[in-house]
Amino acid sequence: MTRYVLRRLALSIITLFLIILIVFLINNVFPSDIGRRLAGPFAPQVQVDEINEKLGTNDPLINQFGRLVKGVATFDYGDSYAQNRPVSDVIGQAFWRSMKLLVYALVLTIPLSVMAGIFAARRHGTVPDRAVVTLGVASSSIPEFVSSVILQAVIGVKLGWFHVVAKAPDGASILTQLSYLTLPALALVIVYFGYIARMTRAGVIAALDADYTRTATMKGLSTTQVLRRHVLRNGLQPTVSVVGVQIGYVMGSLVAIEKIFNYPGLGLTIFNAASKDPPVLVAGVLVVATVYMLATLASDLVLAWMNPRARLEVSR
Amino acid sequence: MSATTPLTTAASAMPPSAQPRTERSMARRERWRLLRRRPGFIAGSVVLLFWVVCAVGGERVSPHGPLQTGFPSSQAPSGSHLFGTDQLGRDVLSRVMAGARDVLLVSPFAALLSVIIGTLLGLIGGYIRGIADEVVSRVMEAVLAIPVILMGLLVFSTFGTSKTVKILTIAFLFTPIVFRTVRSVTLAEAELDYVTSARLRGEGPLYIMTREIVPNITGPIVVELTVRVGYAIFTLATLVFVVGGGRPEEPEWGNMVSQTYGLIQGGTWWPAIFPALAIASLVIAVNLIADSVESVYAS
Repeated sequence: MTRYVLRRLALSIITLFLIILIVFLINNVFPSDIGRRLAGPFAPQVQVDEINEKLGTNDPLINQFGRLVKGVATFDYGDSYAQNRPVSDVIGQAFWRSMKLLVYALVLTIPLSVMAGIFAARRHGTVPDRAVVTLGVASSSIPEFVSSVILQAVIGVKLGWFHVVAKAPDGASILTQLSYLTLPALALVIVYFGYIARMTRAGVIAALDADYTRTATMKGLSTTQVLRRHVLRNGLQPTVSVVGVQIGYVMGSLVAIEKIFNYPGLGLTIFNAASKDPPVLVAGVLVVATVYMLATLASDLVLAWMNPRARLEVSR
Repeated sequence: MSATTPLTTAASAMPPSAQPRTERSMARRERWRLLRRRPGFIAGSVVLLFWVVCAVGGERVSPHGPLQTGFPSSQAPSGSHLFGTDQLGRDVLSRVMAGARDVLLVSPFAALLSVIIGTLLGLIGGYIRGIADEVVSRVMEAVLAIPVILMGLLVFSTFGTSKTVKILTIAFLFTPIVFRTVRSVTLAEAELDYVTSARLRGEGPLYIMTREIVPNITGPIVVELTVRVGYAIFTLATLVFVVGGGRPEEPEWGNMVSQTYGLIQGGTWWPAIFPALAIASLVIAVNLIADSVESVYAS
């Protein structure tokens, strides 16, 4: 197990390094003049030079790249260009807001979709099964911003059940905060319900058909025992890995959702930084990518713990 | 197979005989027949066809021009304006219909490009293996680790939002996924006897990859292509919505939602909801088609 963890960790670090390189190429190498873009076409050259100086885009590329790698390692990305404070402050605060939303959404999604998946798998081939599958396909194929505006119009405005903006007033209790966060969380539920439910269903169907399940039933275990000890332990493995992968993906969905519900989390911060604050944009993208790496790493480790066979397949 | 069969029989590099070719065309006809019998495929095709007509027909099929102003502004849907009018007094229905053009132009191209590049790299990764595979795999994994929307945001903010940039961005983002699929099926194919015998009769890697392996993995590639088109529409709409700020007159679905979703709170829901539903209908339609294609190839 130790060897597996070490190898897996080494792979993650290589990938992270490549991510930094790709982001660096797009942000620092290809654009000709960041200062000009930020200052606008009619700004005096002096101002443009000043911006480039401040952002350090005149430094040798290797120095710029070094700063970026150091930034990822120490979570110190220098100062924001648009706001007069460290990038890590801006990102950190937004990150925790997004985490609140994300955790709330996952707490709603995971039990709901795993139960729907198991429910469908146990009725494989029947009408309820088809219904879960169709619902899953439809819900996960609609872009999150589409479901967000529909939720906003129907539940927020027409029915008036929840707030259409997600940011609770300062100092609100946790319950009030949650009620403000409900609509954006539902938008996330709609997107991820489909993925997780279908993954669970497929995994459980395969496990139900497996020989070990038949053996377990034949040797006289109760249905609950067969399900919990044999079917679910094997059948939920794809679910664990899809949840891990999706957590990274959700961070991307957050941009659209936070924009619609005007929630100042990481997504909205990155969006606002896109046109006018390159340090925050780059840091935001790298933080998200790091979280994604950690989430997939975590899900791989959980899988290895659940299934010793997976430990052998590290170098696929 | 008798033991005396000389090796040269296998080596006499015969072009694929007539028999497998008719077999292949029969299989194709059979798949088409199965496809037409799937309700999902029919429903998806009807919706897709509707949007294609809108895209091709332009102002000849829409009630008004997408840019035509001068109607009373912010009118709720009614007989004279089925989808209502927006805050600038434009007919929402006409704009939604015109919006089909951009998506249907960009998405298939982007998907096709990603499938071509992903297939080439996947063949190299899965057949040639070695250091090339190692390098490409790591890079692809890194691209996959950056959420699509963030990557798109980064690229759009650097290179702008022209059609070419849109196509290239989405192709770039999807290539790793195609690569992964093609690489894994190629790995499996490369183990099979027909590849070994082609190698024994002295064919080069290029011939084996393009003439031997590709014809045998068209199934996964076609499935990947249809699935990617659906995701391309999804991603394109989301990116355009998120980046927004495009020219306000442009009748582009994501853009229309982005400019009008703020009005929902005040009760003016139609300028945002109808383009949103248009996106949903097109994505679901393409996914239904992709789903049918996938299960026909799987059976």
